[in-house]
Amino acid sequence: MRIYLDYNATTPPAAAVIEAVAATLRDEFGNPSSVHSFGQRAKAALDRARGETAALIDADPAEIVFTSGGSEANNLAIRGVFEARLSSGRNQLVTTGIEHEAVLSTVRALEARGADVVVIPATARGVVDASAVADAISDKTALVSIMLANNEIGTVQPVSEIAAACKTRGALLHTDAVQAAGKIPFSVKTLGADLVSISAHKFYGPKGAGALWIRRGVRLTAHTTGGRQERNRRSGTENLPALVGMGVAAALAKADLAASAASVSHLRDRLEAGILSGVPRTVVNGEGAPRVPNTTNISFEGIEAESLLIALDLEGVAVSTGSACSSGSLEPSHVLRAMGLPNNRARNSLRFSLGASTTQAEVDFVVGVLPGLVSKLRRLGRTVEAVR
Amino acid sequence: MRVVVAMSGGVDSSVAAALVADAGHEVVGLSMQLYDQRASPETFGSCCSLDDLQDARRVAAAIGFPHYILNLEQEFRQTVVDNFVSEYAAGRTPIPCVHCNADLKFSTLVDRASGFEAGAVATGHYARVTYDEETRRYRLWRSVDRDKDQTYFLFSLTQEQLAHALFPVGHLRKAEVRDVARRLGLTVADKPDSHEICFIPDGDAAGFVDRRLGDEDRTGEIVDSAGKVVGRHRGIHRLTVGQRKGLGLATGTPMYVLKLEPAESRVVVGTRDELGGRSLTARDVNWISGTAPDGPRRLTARIRHRHTDAPARVSPQDNHEASVEFDDPQMAITPGQAVVFYDGEEVVGGGWIA
Repeated sequence: MRIYLDYNATTPPAAAVIEAVAATLRDEFGNPSSVHSFGQRAKAALDRARGETAALIDADPAEIVFTSGGSEANNLAIRGVFEARLSSGRNQLVTTGIEHEAVLSTVRALEARGADVVVIPATARGVVDASAVADAISDKTALVSIMLANNEIGTVQPVSEIAAACKTRGALLHTDAVQAAGKIPFSVKTLGADLVSISAHKFYGPKGAGALWIRRGVRLTAHTTGGRQERNRRSGTENLPALVGMGVAAALAKADLAASAASVSHLRDRLEAGILSGVPRTVVNGEGAPRVPNTTNISFEGIEAESLLIALDLEGVAVSTGSACSSGSLEPSHVLRAMGLPNNRARNSLRFSLGASTTQAEVDFVVGVLPGLVSKLRRLGRTVEAVR
Repeated sequence: MRVVVAMSGGVDSSVAAALVADAGHEVVGLSMQLYDQRASPETFGSCCSLDDLQDARRVAAAIGFPHYILNLEQEFRQTVVDNFVSEYAAGRTPIPCVHCNADLKFSTLVDRASGFEAGAVATGHYARVTYDEETRRYRLWRSVDRDKDQTYFLFSLTQEQLAHALFPVGHLRKAEVRDVARRLGLTVADKPDSHEICFIPDGDAAGFVDRRLGDEDRTGEIVDSAGKVVGRHRGIHRLTVGQRKGLGLATGTPMYVLKLEPAESRVVVGTRDELGGRSLTARDVNWISGTAPDGPRRLTARIRHRHTDAPARVSPQDNHEASVEFDDPQMAITPGQAVVFYDGEEVVGGGWIA
């Protein structure tokens, strides 16, 4: 049995998505920018995808810029706004310690080029204190970037509360909603953000497709220049098959959102309760905070999470720790450390993220297999501890 | 049986994995990430670098077994790198590979492996292990390919570690190993061997130790064996016993480092004749059988990886020490290096030159 509990890393594309991608590759090879009939058909397909993608976050399709995914959307938002506002003397970027690397690495890169970067830590519950962010915002702030839902522990961040402080100071607000889109409902009309990043493969769409929603009137400097596609914000011939796939996935996600959230949260709670009662010395990270319905992050005291991950994989169960680094090796989670948790607890933690295909039988299998694996690894932990 | 294979990304451990899989075992590949790969991707050497880890993964995919990368940066720093620096600072010439084998591959990795219910850990070392039914002991032997033999780096393995160790390439010659890799279409078949210390790819051990130790003045006197000052040095960690180059001495006859005296930060030099030594004391001696011999034994002893073991009388002492008397003088007996004892092809034990 192969059990996939790593939906926050990526999701299996829905059958309708696979069909739409294949059909587009086969039947709609035209370049959306071409004048002729092939181009016109491709453009129509692109517009449809734009409408469907916009609808998922209640946006105006004209405010959607297609990208190659969440990382590019985050880069475009942060670099684009920073550069566009630099001439007005706003050189400060405010973000949080629990952001995805696509945000943290980008602000660090801009810091090396003169940005004044402020990184706000999270509380022990894994939620950023909105007032701490508000206090950091000044007349120099170009952009505040705070994620809507955290990828590792699933906590939902107080984006709307921060929006007011941004508005007062004239700072723009970007939110990385990659882990929120398709999991929790939100509308860009009420969220309060000015820019929102999403990524198709996190909601059963294909990889290589994402979007940045940019509120009308927000100025942003393009970083990929060329044929002026995407209203001159992101040049390059559009990845039409993947974008069509994203549109289909967005439509499915929007239609299913309430029902799928209810069923997946039921399974997540069952898994969490089963682990907490079946495995001694376990604790849920982010417990008590508002969380997306599919994610639980659990510390197993005295265990190297990477060993438990491997042991689980050898049993056919795929989970993850923090974000994997380029080599595929495992780092102590920067998110858990930004929450003020000690290094060893960060090394003890596993993320289980559930999804549309997760069944109760799978959850029960994991709950059944974990106690034995954990007690075996705990017995063997002595040498590792001795070395430390 | 489930077997964990420690994979460096080189041809030897790749073929080891292939042979274990071919023998019908369930292979789980493990590689160790020993550095923060992101910090300075260009500075990595020939073992366990990011590219090597990807090579290991490709081999696993080609043969068809799972492969995982363990982050052992912290363990590596504490058990290998820190020791390397402090040994140099103390006037000794360390061999980090022995610690990496004993304290990471055959300790941490074996521990992790048993957590995955693996019955054995295989590596790509050139060495052989057998089990003696009569004495109920594991025995360690040189590899068939004498030129590639790596038992010098494995002398500290315990019976417990040997019980779980497999060295699948130990009965092959290097050329045969490459043939197997080629026949299996492994991309690493013609990958060059690694020689330098993996965390010092530029070979500048002194510079590495300098950076770790900081800026403080470590210069001192160079004296000859009569005690006469003949020059100054830039730090004893830059020197090793037997070294001739880099002393900056303008004497007529070539002078060699005879001895490093860390307490006085002094270096004693002498002629090539003075470099020969007949005896040494080994500390932290490990006897492969698990018990020291009852009395002195006629064995051969090897004092460097690239040293032909020489006949000697090895006498076990208290406190895990042994005294070694060579039949003939040996050049540059170097504190910090290992001395490994052989009885013909068999490894009897070894220790650290005091």
